[in-house]
Amino acid sequence: MEVAVANKKSVKAEPMSEKKKNRITDAVVFIFLSFGAIFMVAPLLWMFSTSIKTREDVFALPPVWIPETISFAKYSEIWSMGPLLSGISNSLIVAVSVTVIGTFTSSLAAFAFSKLHFNGKNKIFMMLFASVMIPYPVLMIPQFIMFSSIGWVDTLLPLIVPGFFGNIFMIFFLRQFLTSIPNSIIEAAKIDGCSYFQIFYKIIFPLIKPAVAAQLILWFMGIWNDYLGPILYLNSPEKQTLQLVIANFNASYAIQSDYPLIMAASVVALLPMLIVFIVFQKQIIESIAISGVKG
Amino acid sequence: MKTTSKLYRTEQRYAYLFIAAPVIGFLIFAMVPLIYSIYGAFTNWDGLGSMDFIGLENFINVFQDEYFYKSMFNTIYMMLGIPIGIVLALLLALALNRGIPGTNTFRVLYYIPVISSIAAISILWQWAYNGDYGLVNQFLALFGIEGPNWLQNTSTVKPALIIMAVWKGLGYTMLLYLAALQSVPKSFYEAAKLDGANAFKSFWHITLPMVKPVTFFIIVTNIIGGAQIFTEINVMTPTGGPEYSSASVVFYIWQKAFGNFQLGYASAMALVLGLFIFIITLIQFKINEKNSFELD
Repeated sequence: MEVAVANKKSVKAEPMSEKKKNRITDAVVFIFLSFGAIFMVAPLLWMFSTSIKTREDVFALPPVWIPETISFAKYSEIWSMGPLLSGISNSLIVAVSVTVIGTFTSSLAAFAFSKLHFNGKNKIFMMLFASVMIPYPVLMIPQFIMFSSIGWVDTLLPLIVPGFFGNIFMIFFLRQFLTSIPNSIIEAAKIDGCSYFQIFYKIIFPLIKPAVAAQLILWFMGIWNDYLGPILYLNSPEKQTLQLVIANFNASYAIQSDYPLIMAASVVALLPMLIVFIVFQKQIIESIAISGVKG
Repeated sequence: MKTTSKLYRTEQRYAYLFIAAPVIGFLIFAMVPLIYSIYGAFTNWDGLGSMDFIGLENFINVFQDEYFYKSMFNTIYMMLGIPIGIVLALLLALALNRGIPGTNTFRVLYYIPVISSIAAISILWQWAYNGDYGLVNQFLALFGIEGPNWLQNTSTVKPALIIMAVWKGLGYTMLLYLAALQSVPKSFYEAAKLDGANAFKSFWHITLPMVKPVTFFIIVTNIIGGAQIFTEINVMTPTGGPEYSSASVVFYIWQKAFGNFQLGYASAMALVLGLFIFIITLIQFKINEKNSFELD
């Protein structure tokens, strides 16, 4: 009886040990990933923690993560200490107008590039795509002179108007996506007497909506977080976008070492995109992953 | 036949209409400025009046400008973060690819710095690098290490910026690798195992070659992005750091163009940078072509 049990054990021993080994590796990997995650999130938590501290707690040694007196006072103070509200509205104006109109022009162009027949199609597409190779620093000086000659400096227009003409990355991505949609749908619609614009509006757009949405979110985030464009064009405090406003908070209040105030403003600048990301994380992560595999 | 060609012509008309916006945008906001920039680089352009042709003078001056060399050196130095980020991201992706519980949560947590505004992140890290009260030195103090005043020190300011850049970009690279790893057929590993390959061997001979296209994509995009680093420098070291030791090329171009109004000179530098990026990318493509393989 005992021998039989022992035999059974020894028979199962090999696969068991491998499973066990795997489980141990999994546990080690989990711990490793958790440490990594702490490193990734700790600075951001520190930012929030600083923002709810009193000035004395900021300079406490050893540091405290959860201050004794939690104070959200800085979150009401920031609005009067700098043009934060106009910063938010300027950022919103730029990001919303560019993404709404730019997404329309981009998806229309992507439709033409993938589903319509015309002379020079691939050449024109390659030409547009080649513009990705030109680094922005090469273009920024002449663009600035162009916009200043028509009096657009210190307005939001230089940040908005170029976006209306579409975004080559979005065109590229949607064109890829459209290849999976059969041409027969379009042929059928043509026979039914649909105009080309109707085909786009009634058939194509609803089909590519999820891809469009993911691209729109990514573009929106890019514009919201942009810094170099706004710093070139916007001088007056009330014209500046949110990112410039918080950078100016940093420059002005660091001397007084009012770190809670600076961090509170930074949290406000960061929070909207964090919420957008948490809500749309699945779509965002998916479309990033696809762009890498296809790129 | 006639009707077909008429239909074709109608289709073509609509197609041109649909692509008109990006084509016009390309001409106005890329082609015209590019030509303008190339022309401007050969002039003493100052944005006010004069724009006289001065031949190669700007380019000769660029290559004799010690600040240009310094900012170029700083820019390339800070690209050391690229290989570090790639190795770490690949390790993380391998770890996440095991399908352990919490994978999705980890993915989201590692990705948060990527979506965070670079201005806010720079402000945060500037505070974290504070010599006396910053998070970084307080963490080092736990191990009895007395950290330097990171951003005020010529020898630590670049490593400080590198650490921050790796931290910010890690989630993106990891995500790309994870997607690539998930597309490797399981049968490859099973076959290797039957042939007696150990874990390291199958990593070296299967995983690495399979993720090579993604590695290539990451290297190229990171070099293009790294060559244009600006915001972190502008926010964290507004004067270009101690002895200009953190100033990047774009930072120097920006100062020359919009601080000193030496637009011609700045355009020449921008073109040199553009050419540098182009050549590096070309080399990358050549290396990639030489080492590429086909799956049957």
